[in-house]
Amino acid sequence: MQTINILFLLFGLGLFGFYLGRGRSRAIANPLGGIRQLHSLPSYYGLHTALWCALPSLFILGFWLIFNEALINSIVMSSVPIDIAPIDTASYNLLLNKVTNIASGVMPRDGQGAGVVNAADSLSSLRVTSRWSMTLLLLVLAMAGLFWGWYKVSVDFRARPAVEKVMQNLLLGCACLAIFTTVGIVFSVLFESIQFFRTVPIYDFVFGLEWSPQTAIREDQVGSSGSFGAVPLFVGTLLVSAVAMFIAVPVGLMSAIYLAEYASKNVRTFAKPALEILAGIPTVVYGFFAALTVAPFLRDLGNSFGVSISSESALAAGGVMGIMIIPFISSLADDVITAVPQSMRDGSLAMGATQSETILKVVIPAALPGIVGGIMLAVSRAIGETMIVVMAAGMAANLTANPLDSVTTVTVQIVTLLTGDQEFDSPKTLAAFALGLMLFTVTLMLNIFALHIVKKYREQYE
Amino acid sequence: MSKATEHLSKIKHSLAGRNRAEARFRWYGRIAIFIGLAAVAVLFGDIINKGHGAFRTTYINLDVSYDQDLIGVNNLADSEQLSAGNWDALTKSALRAKFPNISGRSDKRRLNNLLSNGAGFDLKDRLLESPQLLGKTESVWMLADDDIDTYYKSWLAGEAYAARLSDKQVIWIGELHQQGLIKLQFNSNFFMRGDSREPEQAGILGAAIGSFLTLIVTLMLSFPIGVCAAIYLEEFAPKNRWTDFIEVNINNLAAVPSIIFGLLGLAIFINFFHVPRSVPLIGGLVLTLMTLPTIIITSRAAIKSVPPSIREAALGMGASRYQVVLHHVLPLALPGMLTGAIIGMAQALGETAPLLMIGMVAFIVDIPSGFSDPATVLPVQIFLWADSPERAFIEKTSAAIMVLLSFLIIMNTSAVWLRKRLERRW
Amino acid sequence: MSPVETPKAVKVVKKSKTAPKSKKAVAPKIAPMQTLDIGDHHVTVGEIFSDKPKMTMRNINVFYADKQAIHDVSIDIAENEVIAMIGPSGCGKSTFLRALNRMNDTVEGCRVEGDIRMDGEDLYAPKLDVVELRARVGMVFQKPNPFPKSIYDNVAYGPKIHGLADTRVDLDEIVENSLRKASLWEEVKERLHQPGTGLSGGQQQRLCIARAIAVSPEVILMDEPCSALDPIATAKIEELIEELSQNFTIAIVTHSMQQAARVSHRTAYFHLGKLIEVNPTKQVFTMPEHPLTEAYITGRFG
Repeated sequence: MQTINILFLLFGLGLFGFYLGRGRSRAIANPLGGIRQLHSLPSYYGLHTALWCALPSLFILGFWLIFNEALINSIVMSSVPIDIAPIDTASYNLLLNKVTNIASGVMPRDGQGAGVVNAADSLSSLRVTSRWSMTLLLLVLAMAGLFWGWYKVSVDFRARPAVEKVMQNLLLGCACLAIFTTVGIVFSVLFESIQFFRTVPIYDFVFGLEWSPQTAIREDQVGSSGSFGAVPLFVGTLLVSAVAMFIAVPVGLMSAIYLAEYASKNVRTFAKPALEILAGIPTVVYGFFAALTVAPFLRDLGNSFGVSISSESALAAGGVMGIMIIPFISSLADDVITAVPQSMRDGSLAMGATQSETILKVVIPAALPGIVGGIMLAVSRAIGETMIVVMAAGMAANLTANPLDSVTTVTVQIVTLLTGDQEFDSPKTLAAFALGLMLFTVTLMLNIFALHIVKKYREQYE
Repeated sequence: MSKATEHLSKIKHSLAGRNRAEARFRWYGRIAIFIGLAAVAVLFGDIINKGHGAFRTTYINLDVSYDQDLIGVNNLADSEQLSAGNWDALTKSALRAKFPNISGRSDKRRLNNLLSNGAGFDLKDRLLESPQLLGKTESVWMLADDDIDTYYKSWLAGEAYAARLSDKQVIWIGELHQQGLIKLQFNSNFFMRGDSREPEQAGILGAAIGSFLTLIVTLMLSFPIGVCAAIYLEEFAPKNRWTDFIEVNINNLAAVPSIIFGLLGLAIFINFFHVPRSVPLIGGLVLTLMTLPTIIITSRAAIKSVPPSIREAALGMGASRYQVVLHHVLPLALPGMLTGAIIGMAQALGETAPLLMIGMVAFIVDIPSGFSDPATVLPVQIFLWADSPERAFIEKTSAAIMVLLSFLIIMNTSAVWLRKRLERRW
Repeated sequence: MSPVETPKAVKVVKKSKTAPKSKKAVAPKIAPMQTLDIGDHHVTVGEIFSDKPKMTMRNINVFYADKQAIHDVSIDIAENEVIAMIGPSGCGKSTFLRALNRMNDTVEGCRVEGDIRMDGEDLYAPKLDVVELRARVGMVFQKPNPFPKSIYDNVAYGPKIHGLADTRVDLDEIVENSLRKASLWEEVKERLHQPGTGLSGGQQQRLCIARAIAVSPEVILMDEPCSALDPIATAKIEELIEELSQNFTIAIVTHSMQQAARVSHRTAYFHLGKLIEVNPTKQVFTMPEHPLTEAYITGRFG
């Protein structure tokens, strides 16, 4: 049975369980003088029955979905004849792919060795058996749960606390998803990275000056292993981010100051949302704008001054990224500036300070931790920004600090290495995960530090 | 007193300079605001300027004779005949009939290039719609090739771009224009078709539906989970390290680069759980994890804004904490939560990078019909088109951006509207 | 903050002019405030004007958007006197004080009408620079609001922005003098470079006073400077006010009648945005002219 059908069936059974439990509780209560004799409202008895009916089955189903495929695969692969048995992980994956494809009919059966075809057949039959036995198990479980729930209905049974206990755990599970996600991220980048660092030493990766991940086709070609020195990527990322911050910080900060301290109400109600539009524009649109409008414009501008600007310059990508980050900085700065108590401003103004003196010498220093935190979040965002640089910064791993040149970034390389078809275990793909690990570590540290600063700052004025 | 007068004269002395500094500072602020607003204006102006042309496309009117021998089809019910039919012959002969004096292979090829190479299949569809046309002749408006489209539009605008056309093609188009046989018409293909390598046949419907399906998955998962998590954290969570840890995680995930979620999707969902690539299901899963922090944070804010007095009132009546939440807190916080959900969905709709990692960047012509059909989404479609070398795709890309931005604007304004309309002030 | 006269209150007013005394017999303890209203036309009683005025205020009206907070107040502040402004909460005394150095400019929608002069100069003249005005009329606020800087930098802030000190030595001298005048020097001289926010509440307030006098203002406005302080700190501030009055003209808004009695030479009583009575402090507290003043100082409302 299809998974979705199983889900529907379980849902239906649960619903049935609800009515069953509720009906029984009423039937028990009526002769005793109505539902007020029950510990809980009838619908809680219904819910209790329904949960007993559906939850255990759902758990089992989840586990089955996670482990079924891997289990079947390992059974099939361990039973293939010795002559085609795989010797290493690469050939293991290749064979497994072949078998799976034959079993699902993507690949023709003709012309394949008998061992492979047999394996495919056993794979199909195992799948069918597993699915049917699974369905049966689930049904039996659901029925048992139904009966248990029905049996438990009694005047004294505390159905509401029981149901609420389950709900509480459900809610807790939802809240913990954030932790699972973080753990998932760490695991997914860490494992592949460790594998990568087995082939490319971590020192070469972090301090190597040359990046050309294109592995050669023939073994004896020069540089057949590719070179994975990530320094050009780090420098490129920093260069683009620096250009972005060079635009975003002054503009974002000054507009936040102007809006918070000077602007009349009318200007504020118009300009604030208008600036925030910039934050809502998808990054792919900025990428398009950078690649097709800003970059050619800068190149022509450079030509007219006799300066050669690459058509995929760090300046174009970084500049547009800066525009994207303006509202990010301005709204964060606006938050922290308005959090500075008015009494500080009053104190300074009453001394005869002008408004700009008050802002520069009292408000900004008081808001500094918050502003620094905001800027760090913005930096983390610039480092992790992908689409703009993919579309406008190019692929050339130049080790340069000249913003007029074309550079490549960590995120660009992750995308380039992982889009398109390639087998999963090549150092090329694994390198992407190693880059991902770097990116995650750096942004994680920036974020945690920045969020900590901002939080401390907020508490100071609360 | 002398001290005071001495100070006063010093203060007076400093005033002019300080006031100038004040005025300068104000101007910095104004300039910063202006830069921001100008960026908005230039961005929108540029996109609209580049893309508005894509909503109309060039059609050429020719007399087509549905000659059975020419196509090799005499029975329209025979699907084998239909798929083997030489439909391009129809357009070629119609062009030849229009310009009889053409000779030479290259000129013939250029002539054939006036029309889109999908024009023949459009004629097939037309024939299937009205079978009585078989063997007859009629004049039909047919889709022009993208280079012709680009040239014709630019020529109409007075700045002819003929770089990709031969001189003869330019002359032919001039003739057609004089005879009123070439015109611009609403580009229904753009809204009704999936992707194509040919710009004039490419449409956004496939990507739009892909986006829609992906968003459905995202919403179905992230909204209930996000609301449940927010309820737990606001109403039930004990103040301990574990709760703090959850909080730190949520806040941090909200700031993790989106591409990292793509890596997660690739490593966990695709390589570990074997979810198929390129389908709305996995796109939705990845975007769920990405938008979840946003939804949790906004939902928590909504729950926080419900005054404690209401909870106390209900608790005082003997309601359990769950009843308090279900009967009182949730209904009051719902508008805020919905606003958060819409903002999260808008964020998900515009997201590109993580989807590239999980194979939604594939070239997909067919319009997806389910959660497990290969699909792409609007922003990825934009990315793909922006990468295409054909000049006509610039126009399409800009138009697709306009469509995407209109969706986003609708979503965001409805979020603002919802907040204004339904949010209670305590 | 701003008192609103509801129609109801106005109605009661008509018969209430003479009401207080008879009311006293009927309900000796709690008389509702409305019954003590003073109606639309009112003349301030007492010694409003001075022979040697530092500041003169004539027919001042202050509005917050549409609400009027101050009604037609005229008063003089004499050179080197301490004038206390007392009255029930929301009577507009703080608003009036903030009109004197134009701090109300920072409040959106606030409008000041009338004529305020210092040494004959119109403080609301369009040409006048508020920066200069505020350097001449300093202010100390209700809640101590030291800047999040060091003690030294807090005091040096004014001299620095106004360019009063040419050298570091000058600045040090100004800082030390100001802290001495604020009787804070002995307590903080060892830790001048620690944050001002680390001081106790009373010390913070004296730091704010030191900050204000560092620019040698002519007038110091104090807006309930002791309301956030404990009695010991309050006593120190009051002592300080006494000393400062030798060099400065001081206008102090206070919630506490005892404080007004202790520190001020003259006392002005505000009620619902109107100035009821101005008289030498001794007289106000022993034999007030106006029945409302009497009602207030005898503690029947406030």
